[in-house]
Amino acid sequence: MATPPPPPEGEGPGETVASRFAFYQRAGGILTPLVTTIFAFFVGGLVVLLVTHKNPISTYRAIFNGTGLNWFFPWISHADRVNAAYNLQSTLLLTTPLILTGLAVAFAFRAGLFNIGGQGQYAAGSIVGVWVASSFTGMSGLPHILLAIVLGSLAGAGVAGIAGFLRATVGAHEVITTIMLNWIVFWLAGYLFGQQGPLQTSRERSLTQSNDIVQNTHLHVFWGNPILQGLHVGFFIAIAMLVVYWVILNRTTLGYEIRAVGYNPEAARYAGISVGRSYFLAMAIAGTFAGLAGVIDVLGWKFVLSVDDLQGQAGAGAVGFLGIAVALLGRNSPVGIFFAALLFGALLNGTSDRHLDPNIFPPTLAENLTLLIQGLVLLFIGADILVVYAWRARRRLVPRKLRSRAT
Amino acid sequence: VSVYVEPVRGAATRLTQPRGVGTIGIVLGGFAAWLALPPLASRTILWPILVGILAVAAGIWSVSRGGGRAGWGAVASGLAGIALGVLATRSSVGELDTVVVWSALLASTLRYATPLTFAALGGLFSERSGVINIGLEGMMLMGSFFGIWGADKTDSWELGILIAIVSGTMLALVHAFFTIQLRADQIVIGTAINFLALGITGYLFTDIYGAQGIPTNVPEIPDVTIGWLKNVYFIGPIFGDLNLMIWLSFVLLVVSHVVLFKTPLGLRLRSVGEHPRAADTVGISVYATRYVAVALSGALAALGGAYLTLGFIHNFDQNITGGRGFIALAALIFGKWRPFGAFAAALLFGFSSALGDRLPSYFAAGSSVPQLFNVLPYVLTIVAVAGVIGRSIPPAAIGRPYVKQ
Repeated sequence: MATPPPPPEGEGPGETVASRFAFYQRAGGILTPLVTTIFAFFVGGLVVLLVTHKNPISTYRAIFNGTGLNWFFPWISHADRVNAAYNLQSTLLLTTPLILTGLAVAFAFRAGLFNIGGQGQYAAGSIVGVWVASSFTGMSGLPHILLAIVLGSLAGAGVAGIAGFLRATVGAHEVITTIMLNWIVFWLAGYLFGQQGPLQTSRERSLTQSNDIVQNTHLHVFWGNPILQGLHVGFFIAIAMLVVYWVILNRTTLGYEIRAVGYNPEAARYAGISVGRSYFLAMAIAGTFAGLAGVIDVLGWKFVLSVDDLQGQAGAGAVGFLGIAVALLGRNSPVGIFFAALLFGALLNGTSDRHLDPNIFPPTLAENLTLLIQGLVLLFIGADILVVYAWRARRRLVPRKLRSRAT
Repeated sequence: VSVYVEPVRGAATRLTQPRGVGTIGIVLGGFAAWLALPPLASRTILWPILVGILAVAAGIWSVSRGGGRAGWGAVASGLAGIALGVLATRSSVGELDTVVVWSALLASTLRYATPLTFAALGGLFSERSGVINIGLEGMMLMGSFFGIWGADKTDSWELGILIAIVSGTMLALVHAFFTIQLRADQIVIGTAINFLALGITGYLFTDIYGAQGIPTNVPEIPDVTIGWLKNVYFIGPIFGDLNLMIWLSFVLLVVSHVVLFKTPLGLRLRSVGEHPRAADTVGISVYATRYVAVALSGALAALGGAYLTLGFIHNFDQNITGGRGFIALAALIFGKWRPFGAFAAALLFGFSSALGDRLPSYFAAGSSVPQLFNVLPYVLTIVAVAGVIGRSIPPAAIGRPYVKQ
């Protein structure tokens, strides 16, 4: 990794999210994310104890058993293992899009951009995916799947690309534009799949949803029962994208440029890198990851999109928004993103009403507990520079940073 | 409206000046009316209204950027365009009916705009002091739950509002502590605030009210009936029976404008947002100012939320705000971080919501076309932040933590 140039004099550029991450990557290992997570779960447990007077440990154990992660324990009985396998398939099914939306946020982060639009890009990908996979009925399986995946990813890239383009040309802040684009996509979905909308299902005129996708575009289920939502091959696509992410960033000129721009756009500009081009491409590639997540979910287990499904995602509990937490917790590294996605996938799945034992803790409450823990993780992650300060206060990195800030 | 075209710089520049945009707005307003007339004779009401709204948007944009008379002209022409266009498409309907429909529509606009106005004013204080507040949505959600919960428990809507304000302020203080004291990234913390509010309100709602939902006998914020105004032609049905909170929002709007731009207090707040180091040098406490501003933003956003549940919808459901906090943020940006600009934008966005709500009867039964009206606020905001000239430029020090020397 290239040694980043020191932050320039003044208060400004040293405070970007990306420069913070550059700082973390030099200063901290996996300790701070771990401490953050444990602390968030601890506070979540306190909430359970104080508000509902339930035992937090047995609650967490029930959630853990709902995730299916106990499948990895060698000592559980055969019957438990069958159930755990089923749970674990669901967990990994949720981990798959989270990896990709996490990458969508992380990739933009590396260019110094904050992509809050993962949810809209995800939705755009799934809308185009469901349209392609439910039309062109004459095509054979594999080309049809590929066409859906390519066009869906491009839709995500297009939505994010608008934000990147505006940032590159007129300097419109990407946080604002991506938030607005999210809502534009949600309401367009309402129009497209709503009553008498152009993409509404032809089966039943009162249903506000899309057509079902063609049978031969369903992704192959390699573990578990296809009827009970087993794990599909999209999981491997997500894993492959983790590698692609690493390769683009660390082994290509584009990645080098994007990282340079992320560390310090001014220095990159002096070095002859086109900052605008890097912004645009970084956002477009980020959007590709999120769009891909949308297509894979449609082809893998959703098979149909409804307006409620899409506009319900406007709530922050959805995978696109979770991608922010995944990227932040995973420190933008592929391995970190995988485990962070697994953590949130497990949390989502373990607290869903299909997998949590309602006698121990009501799932409707637990879903909100998930949101709470998610918020706490973000809160503490945002502040974990404090941890780094506390532990490394007298090391060389911090004083230099402080000195450059204080001028 | 303003297209970035390099080669024809001269003409393009003139057209993207506030006055030029205003002129474009006037032309658009005329176009809106003309769409419904014989040569094109648009069958649906959709096109005159869409074009008319664009004209009004151009007007608001132009006025808040110094376009003056041209901007006001565009607002008037846009409204007239919508009215004429609608009249022409439904010429069979009597005039009396039209007046009733229009006053109802404008009253409905005010109802939709008020939560946005409160939250946008909240965002105004926070962002003018240099702290980005993406958590407006969450603070609003807190206000909407705790408002109705408080009113239910204490059996008084006044106490409900008070509890809502306290809850919003508490959450805002969390935002303030992490962003000001710990210098965490303001956008990350804002996102966290939204998650937290969703979790807290959802958790408590499910735990306390469960499947039954909010009881129906929760006290409501009363409407203010003004007897002498009520029977006045056209204006009466709009202002004669408004909710108390709508009037409060008008008052707070004026107060905010005066405080921010006419008092030393406001000057201090703005200086902290523009150049904290300079403010610090002359003895203004940057931290204290930002704390107060962020706390205030939480209180105002929560007021908007309380109005939503206690004065408008009279119910609560998980995530009831449904993005209104983000529309408020959009209104703030579209109004260029000014109280009246934000209010005008809130009115425009409220108008498009009210239309989306009332228009379905004009389309074939159950058509999804009115959904498109909901897209407008967001598209307009993107145009506003992307505009080459007259672009929405935030306070200079926004988003940057301040380190004391």
